[in-house]
Formats: sequence, C-alpha cells, structure tokens
Amino acid sequence: MSADKIPHAINMDKLGRHSNNNNDALKPGAEKPCLTANNLNLYYGEKQALKDVNLVIPEKKVSAFIGPSGCGKSTFLRCFNRMNDLVDGCRIEGDINLYDDNIYAKGVDVAELRRRVGMVFQKPNPFPKTIYENVAYGLRLQGVKNRRLLDEVVEKSLRGAALWDEVKDRLHESALGLSGGQQQRVVIARAIAIEPEVLLLDEPASALDPISTLKIEELISELKNDYTIVIVTHNMQQAARVSDYTAFMYIGELIEFSDTNSIFTNPKNKQTEDYITGRYG
Amino acid sequence: MIWLNAAAVSISLIIVIGLMSLIAVRGLGHFWPKAVMEATYVAPIANQKASKDDLSIKILGEIHDSETVSIESLKEIGLEFESDDIAIKRSLIKTGNRDISGSDFKWAYDTFLDNTQYPTNIVTIERREWGNFYGYLDSVIENGVEVAKVDSGTDTAWQELTIRLERVLNLHDEIREIEKGTIGNINYNIERLRLKEHSLKLNNISDQSAYETIYKERKSLQQAYQDLQGKLIALHKDIKRDTIVATTANGKKVTINLENIVRTYRSNNLNLFQKISLYIERLWEFVSDEPREANTEGGIFPAIFGTVIMVLIMAMLVTPFGVIAAVYLHEYAKQGPLTRTIRIAVNNLAGVPSIVYGIFGLGFFVYFLGGNIDQLFYPEASPAPVFGTPGILWSSLTLAIITLPVVIVATEEGLSRIPRAIREGSLALGATKAETLWRTVIPMATPSMMTGLILAVARAAGEVAPLMLVGVVKLAPSLALDGNSPFLHLERKFMHLGFHIYDVGFQSPNVEAARPLVYATALLLVIIIVALNLSAIYIRNRLREKYKAMDT
Repeated sequence: MSADKIPHAINMDKLGRHSNNNNDALKPGAEKPCLTANNLNLYYGEKQALKDVNLVIPEKKVSAFIGPSGCGKSTFLRCFNRMNDLVDGCRIEGDINLYDDNIYAKGVDVAELRRRVGMVFQKPNPFPKTIYENVAYGLRLQGVKNRRLLDEVVEKSLRGAALWDEVKDRLHESALGLSGGQQQRVVIARAIAIEPEVLLLDEPASALDPISTLKIEELISELKNDYTIVIVTHNMQQAARVSDYTAFMYIGELIEFSDTNSIFTNPKNKQTEDYITGRYG
Repeated sequence: MIWLNAAAVSISLIIVIGLMSLIAVRGLGHFWPKAVMEATYVAPIANQKASKDDLSIKILGEIHDSETVSIESLKEIGLEFESDDIAIKRSLIKTGNRDISGSDFKWAYDTFLDNTQYPTNIVTIERREWGNFYGYLDSVIENGVEVAKVDSGTDTAWQELTIRLERVLNLHDEIREIEKGTIGNINYNIERLRLKEHSLKLNNISDQSAYETIYKERKSLQQAYQDLQGKLIALHKDIKRDTIVATTANGKKVTINLENIVRTYRSNNLNLFQKISLYIERLWEFVSDEPREANTEGGIFPAIFGTVIMVLIMAMLVTPFGVIAAVYLHEYAKQGPLTRTIRIAVNNLAGVPSIVYGIFGLGFFVYFLGGNIDQLFYPEASPAPVFGTPGILWSSLTLAIITLPVVIVATEEGLSRIPRAIREGSLALGATKAETLWRTVIPMATPSMMTGLILAVARAAGEVAPLMLVGVVKLAPSLALDGNSPFLHLERKFMHLGFHIYDVGFQSPNVEAARPLVYATALLLVIIIVALNLSAIYIRNRLREKYKAMDT
C-alpha cells in the first residue's frame, strides 16, 4: 500500500530528533488545544473517506499524520482550511473548531479562515511571478500597498523560511527559476507572510531531494515556536524527526494519536505497531 | 507511411509557396516600368479586300501578356492565315490612349507585328483620367505660347516638362490639402452646427443666445470657406497654365494639360537605377495613395487603413467579451448537461456561414440597434441615418460575433491548463475565487487568449461576405479616423482590402488594367494579415515567457 516500506522497527536513538524528549509534558489534551475535530465524517459522493474522527491538535506543536496511502490523512488535513470545499461531491459531517470557532459553521468567511490557517502543498507551487510578488501575494490580497511594509514583511518571511540569504539579490526574478527546495521555501515564506495561526504542510518534502528535505525539516522545527504545525508525511522517519505528536490513520479512521515518542516506541494499538514495524503498508 | 506523410507535407508547402510566389510576382511585377515598343501591325481580317498598306497601323505600347492560340480556332472565326504552324502566339499590348482609341488594351498576333523597335523618346504619361498615354512629346506650351519644342539633338522640351510638372504636382497637392483637409474640416463643422441648431429647435429651446453663438460660428466658418474658395479658384487657374502637345503612334496630335498628369517618364530611356527608383515610387503610391479611376489606378491606402482599423476594433470588442464568457463557462457555471450544450452550441457557431452573420448584422445591428440609437440620440439628423446605416462599428461587431467562438474555445483551453496547484495555492492564502481568477489564473491564461485572438484576427481580416452587408463600400469619401473630433468615426463606411479585390477584379470597367492590381492587393492583404498575426504571436510569446507555468 505505502511507498514507504520500513523494514525494521525504528530505533528512536538513531532518529536525531531535535527536541521534546520530555514524555511527561507531551500528552495530547494537556496543552492548549488549537484545532479540534469532533465526530468528523467526510464523504466523496457515496464513498466515506473519513470515519468519525475525533482529534485535538495542541497549539504551537508539530503534529504529524502518518498512515498508508489513501488512508485519508491528506483529506483530513485539507478539512482544516476547508480546501475540500473545492472538491465536487465532497460532503462533511461533524465539526472542526479553530480555538473556539467552528470553521464549518454557517456564514464562516472561508477566505478569512484560510488566512488563519495557511497551507503548503506537496509539490512546490509558486506563482509565475517574482519571488517578491509571491511572498507579497497574501498581503496584496489584503490590500496592503505600502511599499515599506511590503518590503519588511517579504524580508521577514523569507528569513523565516531560511531563504533570505539565498535570494536577497534576486527578489525580482521569477520564482520559477529557483530549485525545487527553494521554491518550496518560497511557498512557506508566502504562507507565513500573512501570519497565520496554523500551518498545514501536506507532504512538504516528498518532491524534494534529501538536502532540501533536511532544510525543510530544520525549518519546521524553527517555525514551531510561532505556529501550530500539522504535517502529513509518508516518511515515518520524518514524522519521528520533526513532530511532537503523531497520529496514525488507517482507511479513514484515526487509529492512534499520541506523543511521537510513545507512538514509535510503545504503540498502544496493534495496527499502529504493525505499520510502524513495517508489517504492512 | 512516412513517405506518404512527407509527400502530404511537401504538397502543402508547394501549394503555399506557389500561391504566394504567383501573387507576389504578378502583383509586384506590375509596378516595374516596362519597355514601350513600337511596331507596325496588319490586323488579320476575314476576306481581306483592301491592300495591306491601308490596314497597316502603328502600335505603341507595353506587352503585358502573351498566349498561344491554335490556328484552327482562329480560322473558325474567319481569320485568314498563310501559316503552316498549328498554333500562333498573340500578345496583349497595353496601348493606353483610351480617350482616342476607346480601349487600353489590344491583342496582336506576333506574326503580324513588323518593325518592332524601342525608341528612347517614347513618353509614357500617367494621367488622372483616361489611363496612360503613350506617344511622342511635341512641344510644351504655357498660356497658349509655345516655350519649347522637340527637335532632334536637344532635350529642352523634356526638361521643361519635368520642371513644370513638378510645379503642377506641388500645386495639386496644395489644392488637395485645401479641398480634403481644410474645406472638409469646415464642412464637417458647418454640418455639426446645422445639427446643433436643429436639435435646439427640436427641444424647443427659445434662448436666442444659443442660436446667436451658432450663427456667429457659422458666419466665421463661411467666411473662412469663402476665403479658401477664392484661393482655390486662383490655384485652379494657376495649375491649368501649362499644357503639352504630344503625338500618338499614328500621328494624331493630342493636347494634354499638365494638371492631368500624375507622372511621366521615358521608359526606354531609363537606366536600372532610375527604373528602381520609379518602381519604388509607384509601389509607394500604391500603398499610400487614394484610388483613382474606379479603383483601377492609384493606391489603396483607404482600404489598408479600413481593414486594419476594423480588425483592431473587432479585436477590442471580441477579446473582453470572449474572455468573460469563457471564464464564466469554465470557472463559474456548473458543469452539467446545460453547460455542455452551451459549449457545443458555441463551437458550432464557428461553423455558421459568415454571410448568415452578415444578414444578422444588417437586421439586428444596423436596422434595429442603429435605428434605435438614431431615434434616441440623433433625432436632429433625421431623416439621414447616423448609426442606422452600415458602418465600421457594425462591421467590427459582426466580425466579433463570427470570431467569438474561437476566442471562447481558446480561452477555455487555456484556463483548463492552469495547474490546480496554482489555484489552490492562491486560495490557501485567503484569496477569494474572484481574486484568484483575477490575480493568477487569468494572467496565466493570457497566452491562450492571444492564440484565440490570433485565430480571430486571421479570420476577420480575410472575411468579406458579411462586410458587404454591414459597412464596406467601393469608395469611402473619408477615413474612419481623422482630425475632426471625436476623431474615431465609428458610423462611417469604410473600404476593405478583401472587398477591394472583389471590386477591382470583377466589378471594374477595365478588367485588363485592374488585374495586376488584384494580385497586388491580394499580396498586401496577405502581408497585413501576416503582420497582424506576427505581432500577436510576438505578444503571446512574451506573455508565455512571463507566465511560464510549471511543467505539469
């Protein structure tokens, strides 16, 4: 099922995690909740893609979704900024709260929601504009015209995306001229330029080479200080490296959600253990 | 199989190249000064009774064409030949002098042409009326007094003619400038004042001061007109001062006023350099001047101008309309059977014969829309129509409808090629659908829109049939764009290259003279379409470079 067959159980000591080995502080629900999914069901036409999912994503932590292909993790992620609204025949039951706001309530301004919940996609998708205009896009949408303010935000965002030093001399060249990894960081800079509360990353490194992947992962650890990050990944080592919490999903169901350490070392669920040890998937 | 493909491609290429070179050679060759020959000719007549000498005439002219005819067929129409050949060559000779002989061209059988020579003192005179004159210069006369006479050895008369012609041409330009420019301007303004006055009366405005200003303005215009009229009379008198006397091939003396001469040269006396400069001069006249003599002489500038303006207006109308329709169909409309039907209908519109659109344009645009506009906005002009008559606006609109499907289809194609990731990227940043479309999707689809526009322009510039119903005329008195406010006169009729080809080729009183012009006009039409297309393609490639999308 999955492209990532992991032959052996992952030895946590070799994973080189950046931080957060303190098990006691990491219990989902112990921290301030940022996103909450309640009894979420999602259907594509007749087909049910998410089955009664309940989940609390804590604030300013990295939460990773893992699971075999087609398990619904990307679909779930796209529920948080209502990207699924764009899919024909997609129907959602239950609700998701961003802090105290039900994002599926009637009369919610989806554009406003997406300003609060930014998203980065699997393939780098910079606009065919200059690097500068890519990063400034969100601000321009909000009607910001002040050149100084734009300059400031562009620089800050590019620095935040660890790209400033590489592109500061060619801000006004096309973003399409950058390498894949740089493009992905432009996209991240673009997302953080509008200062969202949550950053959704949909397999952000899967189309990149190992060095770019490493840079993105380092960046994620940096961004964690300011943003709540939800990341979907195929790559279990990546999940283990970057995340504080990990959710394992299987065929539309949330099987287990816990701090990353426990999931990888001491999974409570048989299915999780089987997946992590590579027995299927 | 590959050979078959290659053959198909080669044949297509050969056809295109052959077509273009035929048009180019025939069209461009027309402007090259041809040698003028002189020969004695005895026309073969059935049952010759008169002696050979009586029937012998002199022919003076340019050979324009030649063909081979079988003697058999000539004998059938009663011509006598003492020849053993089965076929005989005959040439089409442009003898000019239509005022004397009644026709410009003459077929002559080569066998009966005798003493062919190319005297260097034959003069070709291009006239404003009656076509070319071929003959010998006799003398130059000023106010009835002979100032120079041709005698062997000196060139004084010819030089005198050249100098005086230059003066006359300058005067002619001056007169034309006054008649077309200044007086045209005054007439335009007087007509506007008349309409203004009429409209005041219609609205029952009794304020005398309003009328006073009109009267005053009119008075000053009329005064200016009177002054110009006086000046014109003087100029007309001046331009008539010089005449020349020339002899035709058969010794007839002809008096030609210099006023009537466009250009004169001694074709057999020109060196290569002079020929080239004459060629360029005539070519330039063709593209920059107005037509003369029922479009068979002179230039076709108004037609070029009309074609380009019409296509540009059409492009300005069809692009926004087509793009908006395509955006709706592709982005907003719910994709269902109804949308599919609409799309099929739009595509099929492209297949409707264009004359049908012409009828629609005449019925809807000209009579209905134009008629109502006249009633609402131009009651003072009634009963003369302003917009309720065929004109350039209606032509452009009709062509815009014809080309609309092309633009819609191309734009939709472009929209569907924008990667989903780009749209999602924009939406994820909090853009609404409209913002995403406006800021990202539509700019990225501009190359496709340009493709649609290129196809539309190519089709519109070549379309003739519908235009005949909605605005094209054989001879338009004034251009659609000029110095009189509001500068762009959308209600005016215009000339069009495609229609010009039809008119010159088939409606002309002088078919032989017009034929080369047909080729030249066709060549020009092709060049203009290619130029319009190339500029559109250039813009598209720039846009493509700019909005180069991601690989997939």
